[in-house]
Amino acid sequence: MRISLTRRYHFAASHRLHSADLSMAENERIYGKCNSPYGHGHNYAVEVTITGPVDPDTGMIANLGDLDPFVQREVIEAFDYKYLNEDVPEFQSMVPTTENVCREIHCRLTKFSPARIERVRIEETSKNSFEYTGE
Amino acid sequence: MIRITRKVEFSAAHFYHNPKFSAEENQRVFGKCSNTHGHGHNYTLEVTIAGEPDPATGMVLDLKELKDILQREVVERMDHRHLNHEVPELAGKIPTCENVAAVIWNLLEPKISHGKLDRVRLYESEDLFADCTAEENGLKQ
Repeated sequence: MRISLTRRYHFAASHRLHSADLSMAENERIYGKCNSPYGHGHNYAVEVTITGPVDPDTGMIANLGDLDPFVQREVIEAFDYKYLNEDVPEFQSMVPTTENVCREIHCRLTKFSPARIERVRIEETSKNSFEYTGE
Repeated sequence: MIRITRKVEFSAAHFYHNPKFSAEENQRVFGKCSNTHGHGHNYTLEVTIAGEPDPATGMVLDLKELKDILQREVVERMDHRHLNHEVPELAGKIPTCENVAAVIWNLLEPKISHGKLDRVRLYESEDLFADCTAEENGLKQ
């Protein structure tokens, strides 16, 4: 049996799906409403799953007192109430689809030293979710 | 293979305290959870069984049987109890989400008569849950 712990976080942000490599017509055809020029927004929910041995002294894989401020600093402060395309440097050259947001969040969190980040799962809406395990 | 999942809820009290730590260390490591009077949660438990449906019944495991097992092994043991004081299986352990989920896994695994215990997911709140999974399956479910 293996154990993991998952914590859910929330942020609200706007984005626009638009690729500089595509023509206006192609952008509109591929991204549809999501290409609307001024952007639109979502309430994102982010699930961060950690694994590793449970420390017998604390009963924990990692202390939420360490994980919460780390995720807050690395992700929430950078993404919450922001326009992803302009306010997050990585998305100035990468379309902020939730696939890419998922990978970017995973990348930012791999520096967390007390445990391994096993999975990042994002709900963009209650109907769409995306997962990245680093593979 | 088919997976079936049954959900059950229980409410319990707990606190985190390690007698090996000083009072300051307990406070530093466990924060608000170290209040030795305890606090409580509404826990939600999701239990998943994996197996092939029995051709005679079309069932992996009769959900009524699973419901009875969850009632006997988990709800009667933990519902409206103090996890630190009233659940012998947790004696000497800090009753974190990880440890409570692992205790539930160990209680349930030998009781499953058809199919295999595949996952125990224990929500301490909407925003925090622990998963115990069969070694070979990991998160690929």
